[in-house]
Amino acid sequence: MKFFDEMHASSAHADPQVRDHYRTYSRWLQRQPGELMASRRAEAEMIFRRVGITFAVYGDKDEDGAGTERLIPFDLIPRIIPSHEWKEMEKGLKQRVTALNMFLQDVYHDQAILKAGVIPAEPVLHNAQFRREMMGLDVPGGIYSIIAGIDIVRACNPDGSGTYYVLEDNLRVPSGVSYMLENRKMSMRLFPELFSEHRVAPVEHYPDLLLDTLRAMAPANVNEPTAVVLTPGQYNSAYFEHAFLAQQMGVELVQGQDLFVKDDFVYMRTTRGPQRVDVIYRRLDDDFMDPEVFRKDSTLGVVGLLRAYRAGNVTLANAFGTGIADDKSIYPYVPKMIEFYLGEKPILQNVPTHICREPEALKYTLDNLAELVVKEVHGAGGYGMLVGPAATKAEIEDFRKVLIANPSNYIAQPTLSLSTCPTFVERGIAPRHIDLRPFVLSGKTVQMVPGGLTRVALKEGSLVVNSSQGGGTKDTWVLEN
Amino acid sequence: MLNERIEDHLPTQLIETESGAWRARHASGMSHMETKPMLSRTADHLFWMARYMERAENTARLLDVNYQTSLLPQSSEAALQGWEGLLGISELTHEYLHKFDEVNARDVMAFMVTDANNPSSILSCLRAARENARAVRGALTTEVWETMNQTWLEFNRLVKEGAMGRDPADLFEWVKFRSHLSRGVTLGTMLQDESFHFQRIGTFLERADNTARLLDVKFHARNTEFFGSGAGNEGKEVDFYHWSAVLRSVSAFEVYRKVYRNVIRPEKVAELLILRAEMPRSLVHCMNEVVSNLRAVANDHSHETLRRAGRLRADLQFSHIDEIVATGLHAYLTQFLDRVGDLGWGISRDFLMPASS
Repeated sequence: MKFFDEMHASSAHADPQVRDHYRTYSRWLQRQPGELMASRRAEAEMIFRRVGITFAVYGDKDEDGAGTERLIPFDLIPRIIPSHEWKEMEKGLKQRVTALNMFLQDVYHDQAILKAGVIPAEPVLHNAQFRREMMGLDVPGGIYSIIAGIDIVRACNPDGSGTYYVLEDNLRVPSGVSYMLENRKMSMRLFPELFSEHRVAPVEHYPDLLLDTLRAMAPANVNEPTAVVLTPGQYNSAYFEHAFLAQQMGVELVQGQDLFVKDDFVYMRTTRGPQRVDVIYRRLDDDFMDPEVFRKDSTLGVVGLLRAYRAGNVTLANAFGTGIADDKSIYPYVPKMIEFYLGEKPILQNVPTHICREPEALKYTLDNLAELVVKEVHGAGGYGMLVGPAATKAEIEDFRKVLIANPSNYIAQPTLSLSTCPTFVERGIAPRHIDLRPFVLSGKTVQMVPGGLTRVALKEGSLVVNSSQGGGTKDTWVLEN
Repeated sequence: MLNERIEDHLPTQLIETESGAWRARHASGMSHMETKPMLSRTADHLFWMARYMERAENTARLLDVNYQTSLLPQSSEAALQGWEGLLGISELTHEYLHKFDEVNARDVMAFMVTDANNPSSILSCLRAARENARAVRGALTTEVWETMNQTWLEFNRLVKEGAMGRDPADLFEWVKFRSHLSRGVTLGTMLQDESFHFQRIGTFLERADNTARLLDVKFHARNTEFFGSGAGNEGKEVDFYHWSAVLRSVSAFEVYRKVYRNVIRPEKVAELLILRAEMPRSLVHCMNEVVSNLRAVANDHSHETLRRAGRLRADLQFSHIDEIVATGLHAYLTQFLDRVGDLGWGISRDFLMPASS
């Protein structure tokens, strides 16, 4: 399989042609002795430990018994995106997220898109992610997914050029933005000279944008809205990020137990008594949010929250029920949504997707398992999927049985040749596969900071970039002209 | 009580801070406007973070003194008494004997320093301090959080590298300095809002408790109802080492010399550690800090807790060492510990436990 390399136009070892936007960096890199890079990496690791930029892996224990906190490996070599590519991508992202929010507004109100037959009603209405409780409920500005993370990969075309594809939309509680910010801080600390040689678009204002967006989405008639970040607690895998964002925005980091609902208003318990809360940036899945309505056994949520929400007294970011728009069974229809709601051609491509609930698609999938990636429609985090080319025969046969037993639970896509980027691994610098997650904020306008989080699969040949499965991260530079 | 009344009649509600400066308190609700209220849970974590750090320090101090004393020529009985006293002070004799057959220096030190199952070991305290800090890292400055986190990481590294076997005194010194550092970083970087005050309350409530326990056990260890007649009759040298150890454990050996310019006498040691407000580890000093920080966070429910704290402080301020002697030091300290415990409970109820609507 041919790969698109982000740095080199030709991967021939003798004559690697460096792409224009990497030229300055590549020259710099060649001047750096290997030991120096290794010591920089050790320094980065030490700092990440001290700062406590760690995540928890479910059911794991560190070999030194220090608990379950792990570092997400930070790779020293940045992923660089030229200005013109980013401009196009930014347009495409705004378009896509706008359409997805319009879709959410529509399915929870008139369902025009279903009536028009653009999307079949069945996978929408009979989807566990479809929240009947949201029907007819108006949310501020009609914005459901205020914070979205869109996963993008670049695949290689037969002629050697690359195309960006949207791999999936994350409209519920996308995480990773803190790593985007910390990675930038780290590379500026380790390699200040690089930032005087490159015009790297800044990302540090993300928390300000986020706070502005959250406050702008407060219920009407609230003058000085109080926003909070709701976390499941310090043993959650993304706890660092929750604490980080709360601190950067200067708002309280609350747990369910800190909040209560009285007369359909939400309050937090403070040392000086109850205080009104107007906007909740919640980092908790729908299911755990309100034991009165959703999972009864949840101790992480707030009793009566949905009542307060329905009364229009609190804004949730994101709204309940956004999962219906980023479900993998809905993903194939996003290009149609864009055309339906905006009357525009999609700027960003979808990966061609076979919906296994459709008999023909299932047949094709079963016939080509060894070449395809098959994903659970509700899965996340790289679990429960088959990567055909990387799987053994036995694994493929096992998966075949699972797929036949419940076809509508799966979609299949061609194995994309995810682009590679030079990465500093144990044996030196070698290409590793990467993706990109830009973060899109929708409030009064749709905004984002340039770039996003680049994840890298550190294992040679691996296409799985998830941090829970051995992925690392890179700083992402969008160059300004 | 006298103090309270005077302040209440100050028209501008000015308060003298511990440093002697005057500042306005709650004047026309000003301080309420300036600082945001904080989550009760956050206050709780900060309070306990500070307490655990202080406890780690005091445990290190106590171990250090016992260890240093054990290097001096002394009867094995006296050495044993020191280690037994140390377990008694922390109310851990029972747990210890459950695990070990006999009391000896090596086992007690292992139990009190690195035993993860002993909730009062230095390791457990540092872990608890760090876990509490991590729970509210957003409410801390980066420096405070990193200090707590790094203390925990480094302590583990030191222990792993065999610091206990090499030189325990070095490790104890290190723990003390990490505690100094965390207090200093708090003072030097934190906004002096409620989160700061709750940390200070935690620090000084814990220190009051620890100093009182230390005094109690050390006087107990002499097997004299202290101010009974026995004190002067025993070997002067044993006495000197004993009382100088008590002083050293609270970094007060030089302080004692400076304040009293005299030989070390038990009742003076007690006076220094109970009634001297200038002495930063004395009971009265701790209560001064507790009271002034409590005032800064006062809310609608906290009147009774403030009253009790003020009263406990006043009792110390207006006590005389001779009276305490007359009551019996052990009885006095037992009562003090009860009142400190009661205060801790009141603070929890008024500020830290989430009150329902």
